[in-house]
This record gives sequence, C-alpha cells and structure tokens, in this order.
Amino acid sequence: MSDTAASDDGEAAVDAEEVRHVADLARVRLADDEVDEFAAQFGDILEYFAALDEVPETEREEELVNVMRPDEIEEGLSQEEALANAEETEDGFFVGPKVS
Amino acid sequence: MAADLNAFVTEETIEGDADAEGPLAGRTVAVKDNISTAGIRTTCGSEMLADYVPPYSATVVDRLTEAGATVVGKTNMDEFGMGTTTETSAFGPTRNPVDTDRVPGGSSGGSAAAVAAGEADVALGSDTGGSVRCPAAFCGVVGIKPTYGLVSRYGLIAYANSLEQIGPIAGTVEEAAAALDVIAGDDPNDGTTRDLADVEGADPDASYAAAADGDVEGLTVGVPTELFEGADERVVETVEAALDDLEAQGAETTEISLPSVEHAVQAYYVIAMAEASSNLARFDGVRYGNRAESDGNWNESFAETREEGFGAEVKRRILLGTYALSAGYHDKYYEKAQDARAWVRRDFEDAFADVDVIASPTMPVLPFELGESLDDPLRMYLADANTTPVNLANLPAISVPAGEADGLPVGLQLVGPKFGEETIVRAASAVEER
Repeated sequence: MSDTAASDDGEAAVDAEEVRHVADLARVRLADDEVDEFAAQFGDILEYFAALDEVPETEREEELVNVMRPDEIEEGLSQEEALANAEETEDGFFVGPKVS
Repeated sequence: MAADLNAFVTEETIEGDADAEGPLAGRTVAVKDNISTAGIRTTCGSEMLADYVPPYSATVVDRLTEAGATVVGKTNMDEFGMGTTTETSAFGPTRNPVDTDRVPGGSSGGSAAAVAAGEADVALGSDTGGSVRCPAAFCGVVGIKPTYGLVSRYGLIAYANSLEQIGPIAGTVEEAAAALDVIAGDDPNDGTTRDLADVEGADPDASYAAAADGDVEGLTVGVPTELFEGADERVVETVEAALDDLEAQGAETTEISLPSVEHAVQAYYVIAMAEASSNLARFDGVRYGNRAESDGNWNESFAETREEGFGAEVKRRILLGTYALSAGYHDKYYEKAQDARAWVRRDFEDAFADVDVIASPTMPVLPFELGESLDDPLRMYLADANTTPVNLANLPAISVPAGEADGLPVGLQLVGPKFGEETIVRAASAVEER
C-alpha cells in the first residue's frame, strides 16, 4: 500500500493481503468476499485521501487547557450494575476468553 | 406510521418532571439511540449493542426530563453514527416521511423522521460530520449543531470525540433553540464543555429561543463559492432564492472564499476514522455487547465477536482508521489531516472578521433514493462536503428549510462564529418567516 494511486488498468492499489493485515491489527475477522470488496473500495478511498498531500503545513494554535478538579468520593456503579451487561460473569468478575 | 417509517429502534417512555415549567414542559422528545438512557436499551443501531442497557442516562437526557419533556423513544441511526442515509443501521433503514422511497439522511435519520412525521415535538441527534444537519435538511425540519463544548457529551457513545456534539432537531427554529437552551451548559462529567462565563465574547445568560426574532437588518451573510460549486442546480436555485429573501429583509450578502474546504471531506474522514478505530476498540464482548461463540484465544475471540457485531461500514471505518494511524502512514494521512483541520479553522476565523454568518446549501444533493448510495461509500462521503468543515472548525451551524425542489426539501446551512448560536438562530428564523 505504499503507492495509493490506482494503476492504469483500474486495478485497485490495495491488495487482499494488505486488507487482511489491517483487519488483523484491528481485531476484525473478515469473510473472503468482504476482503475483496474492501480492497477495491479502499483503493478508491485512499486515492481520494491522497489529495491531502496538497495541504500546506499549517501552524496549529490549539487553545487547550487542563481541566482539573479535586478528588471527591462519590457514588459509583455497584458491582452488580457494572456486571449487568456482561455476557459471562463469575463470582463478581467479568469472564474473558482464554489468553492463549 | 411509526412502523412504516422505522424511525424508532425502541419505543419506551421516560416521564418528564410534571412540575416543570418552560417551553419544554409537557413536550415529547425522541432521543437518538447512541445517547444513553438508564434502563432503556441503547443500541447505536448496531447488532453489537442490541441488548445493551445503560446503567445511567446522558446529561442531556436528564436535563430534558428535568425541564418537563417526556422521552418517547430511541431513534434509528446509521450504525455508530457512520453514514449519511440511516441505511447502515442493523435495524433496517428509516424512510423519509416526505417521500417514503427516499432516505431521511443520516446519521440521525430516525430523529429527523420522527419530528417531520409528528411523532415527537423535538428530537436529539448527534453531529460528527453533519449527522444532525443532513437529516434535518432531507426531512424538511430544523437541526442545530452547537459549538464544540457547548453541550455535554457525557453518556453519548463516542464515535469521534474531537468532532461530535449533541444537537436538537425540531419543526421550527424557535423550538430547536428552546431545546438547545435546556441541554447547553458546562458539565463536570465532560471536561470539554465550557462555562460561557469564562468564554470571551459569549453571553452566559443567552436565550437562544429569544434570539429567534427574525431580525436580520444589517446582518452580513458570507456566501462561499466553494460550497455552491458542484451542488445540484435545483438545490443551488432554492438556496439562492432563500438568500434573496434574506436580502429583502435587510441582510447584506457578500461572496467569500474558503479555499481550505476543498480538503475538508478528506481531512474529516481520516480524523473521524482514526478516532473511531480507537474508540470502537472497547467492543470486545467482555464487559458489554454481543460476544461470539468462539473456541479461539483472546485475539481470535475478539476478532470473531467484532466480525459478528459490526456491519460493513463500521468495519470499513475501523480498518481505514487503523491504517491511517499505522506506522509509515500516520504522517501521510493523519498529520496532513490535522494540518487541513487547522487550515479550515483559520479560513473560517478570517472570514468571520468580515461577515456575521456564512450560508450554503446544507447538502449539495436532494435526498437519495433508498439503496442508491449504499454500495459506493466514497460517493456517500462526498455528500458531506458542506457539513464536515463546520465540525473540523468546532463551529455552530443550523440547517433550516429553504424551500422545495421537485417536491423534496432543501436545507440552508448557516454557520456562525464560535459560541455564536444566537446569531445563526436569528438568521435562520428570518429564513423561516419569509
């Protein structure tokens, strides 16, 4: 994907391998037909994004300030409320998938 | 009617305070389904959150019910706000009440459709790149995207935090402004909200509803050529006629140029997708949300859960955002998009040195037919050309009906300077009165 311009025969500049790699990084499994569809669409979209090259370097004057407050004890969610939407819980804990 | 339009994902009620007084007392409000409601499921239009029931309500919901409004339901939306048509919802598309073969716009399409069909007096949407203004324009109602930091996002399920604001949709400018009066104001639970007493030039006692007085005598309206070029001729004619009427009422229009906006859609999508890829990483099926039956390890289980729970447009944006942030591409896409964002912001600041509001078509097109744009994501993104610059620049904007073309509603967008909500409300109320 180093070259985002579409080639002359209109073939997408993004191949299935690259779509699978990004999907793997993002932890999203894709079906094979979805991989092919995305490869074609990503070629078009990234080619369009490439016009950002023409944007001049611009000074960014962010008016950002830290918003601080003193720590105060307040009512939070109960353990029961916090667990209420979990698919699987055990002894008051979330149960996740196995690590390996 | 509700079933036909599919405006609501869930129809349940939260009673408003019966003792409250004010313009929202006894009114009904529909709430976009990415805004948390305690005890009522909040799906974001996604299979991932089909059974998610928030343990608390968003600040804006509490403020509305305290002001006497009764929530009548949760409205349909593009999945996680990602779309311009309300067709990417896992709960099926919403239909436009004006023409049921057409989309209501998005992503807050259910909210705009509910108001246009008379199923709620007011609705809340969220606007990340036009998601309040677009459906307001397509359904022929009024929508306001507030200045970033005016309205609390606490309880809004995030898509792209640096861009989004919750905003009201209503049948008239004054009703939308009255809802904004209720939901605006700083919130200790959202550190990005501003106390207007600390904002130079802002009026902490502002009444937006009172600003809907139709008085545009001496108002200067900037008309940026870039936001008219490429728009459908019928849309341009309708908007220009509305601007002529503003002039007849004493406003002055002047042509301006915003060269940076040519890059707004690119910058918006890179930034929004990058933020989405990070925000939506939380949906792994452990603490909340759908979880796939999987024998795999941690990573495999997450990937299968996310394959099952997310629709195509959400996957596209997560993947493209991951790509734009990945080593080797971060500088090419994300950094350049931030440059473009700063440029857009500066362009608007320069323009507001000479004009009071900036006018354009809200959408460059008439409402799409159902299914028309779903297979062509880039085409759908390009429809956001006039709305995305406003989010990049953190500014307030309103979409007000400008008239009809071929029997379909056309929206006029008025953009104001930071915390200049009163000015855009005033100008929009004049458009409405003509």
